[in-house]
Amino acid sequence: MDKFENSVHLDPDKCKGCINCIKRCPTGAIRVRNGKAVITKQFCIDCGECIRICPHHAKQATYDPLSAIKEYEYTVALPAPSLYGQFNNLEDSNIVLTALKRMGFDDVFEVGAAAEIVSKVSRSYAEAHEEQWPLISTACPSVVKLIRVRFPNLIDHLLPIQAPVELAAAMARDKALKETGLPSEKIGIFFISPCPAKVSACKHPIGIETCEVDGVLAIREVYPKLLPFMKEVAAAPEELATSGKIGVGWGSSGGEAGGLLTDSYLAADGIENVLRVLEDLEDQKFENLEFIELNACNGGCVGGVLAVENPYVAKVKLKKLRKYLPVAGMHVNASEEELRKVEWTQEVEYEPVFKLGNNMKESIQMMSQVEALTKKFPGIDCGSCGAPSCQALAEDIVRGIAKESDCIHILREYIHKLSGEISMLDRE
Amino acid sequence: MSDTIELKYEVSTEDFTRAGEASSDVKKKLRQMGVPPEAIRKVAIAMYEGEINMVIHANGGTITVLIDSECIDMTLQDRGPGIPDIEKAMQAGYSTAPDNVRNLGFGAGMGLPNMKKYSDEMKVETELGVGTRVNMKVFIPE
Repeated sequence: MDKFENSVHLDPDKCKGCINCIKRCPTGAIRVRNGKAVITKQFCIDCGECIRICPHHAKQATYDPLSAIKEYEYTVALPAPSLYGQFNNLEDSNIVLTALKRMGFDDVFEVGAAAEIVSKVSRSYAEAHEEQWPLISTACPSVVKLIRVRFPNLIDHLLPIQAPVELAAAMARDKALKETGLPSEKIGIFFISPCPAKVSACKHPIGIETCEVDGVLAIREVYPKLLPFMKEVAAAPEELATSGKIGVGWGSSGGEAGGLLTDSYLAADGIENVLRVLEDLEDQKFENLEFIELNACNGGCVGGVLAVENPYVAKVKLKKLRKYLPVAGMHVNASEEELRKVEWTQEVEYEPVFKLGNNMKESIQMMSQVEALTKKFPGIDCGSCGAPSCQALAEDIVRGIAKESDCIHILREYIHKLSGEISMLDRE
Repeated sequence: MSDTIELKYEVSTEDFTRAGEASSDVKKKLRQMGVPPEAIRKVAIAMYEGEINMVIHANGGTITVLIDSECIDMTLQDRGPGIPDIEKAMQAGYSTAPDNVRNLGFGAGMGLPNMKKYSDEMKVETELGVGTRVNMKVFIPE
């Protein structure tokens, strides 16, 4: 198992070796080497920015094909709340849920329903752990990955509670086991996801040992298949929905915080904004804040790269759908002990991946070299060397994975000098 | 090859929104140098407070950071009016910040107290009309 697995891959035939992705990557994880973009897995946080920016569609999200459901005898679909935001004039989520069953799933279990339990557990956790305020939400796997590699001092603030999809998967499996009597391996639990980060999060979960999700399907692949079935069932859908306002709200930014029923929160979305909030939090710029909700995508989960609709339009659609829903749909009768199972069981540890050397002494020496090298470069961050900035190239050189002549400006100077010398020879 | 690294920053008052850039850059480099998180936290907060002070009260100045495997040594030299009563300035909640700065959420009178709290050693030298020089040290545990 590789804890640095990520869910972005490259189609090398489509990659032109341009600099769009290296410039956009918030953790500086991408380099162009030999004309192709390469991701350093340890630095990647699965935010999807490179997928969004790539003009050649060479950066692709990893997820499972729809055909994967055929491998199981009994399948359960776990629709993300953001799925409901993809459709025009959707007034009843039962239409989507019934259509999912028509599409081939044996049962459905709304992630929104599990989200309401997560909200409930989060409320009591926040109340009992004032010393950890502000608690930082952990539902967005990119945010957790980012904190793990870049904000070691904020790890103690992470809300140690499973993401709704993880809980939904566990509950759906229990239900399926009871109802079918089938062995676990014949039951397939499929998350219908707006985001590829959930693919690596399900395969290599952080905070819990295993995730019960067997496959992650993309909203954008399910969407066109679902539309005709939705038309068919619109008049008389089955009563399947169990998620209320709070659960559906998780689909867009501010929804999770809303479920905590407190005013003392901050909700930020978009990876650049997330970074700014975390930097400020590290410098202790906020006081008296109970909760911080962070989503790597603009608009929250509706902004995921696997979604179809414009995130802000999807947000409005979710708002409309939520209007007549009960505050919370699922009536949780779980005991305190059962609810505690929703908490994380594994410690999250700081992964100092950005460290230059093996120990501090070596790192300090390497940093001095980086500083000296950076001064040599023109400082225009053109990206032609394949690194996003002159400083990044200097770091790569010191790490031994690039050379000075990768800088085309240094190379040009060298050629100038060389051609000068040649013309001298000519004259002699 | 040197075992100490020196980082220098010019802190300008031209653009208020740029305050905090120097401490942010130091943070990034300390991470790359493998400095333990707790020490990074102390440096980040102490230096950020100092940097903001330089912008709000002191017409900017320069920050010099010396780093070796035992200590992070920060010297903040400003071009401000000097501090007439250091003892008073060190009191939590005491502030001479103007209202417009307080409206931005600064000027709570925690700058110097926080710098003292988060650094392991702090020395303040000030001369009225000339400026203030603050030296802070954060030691790196073995």
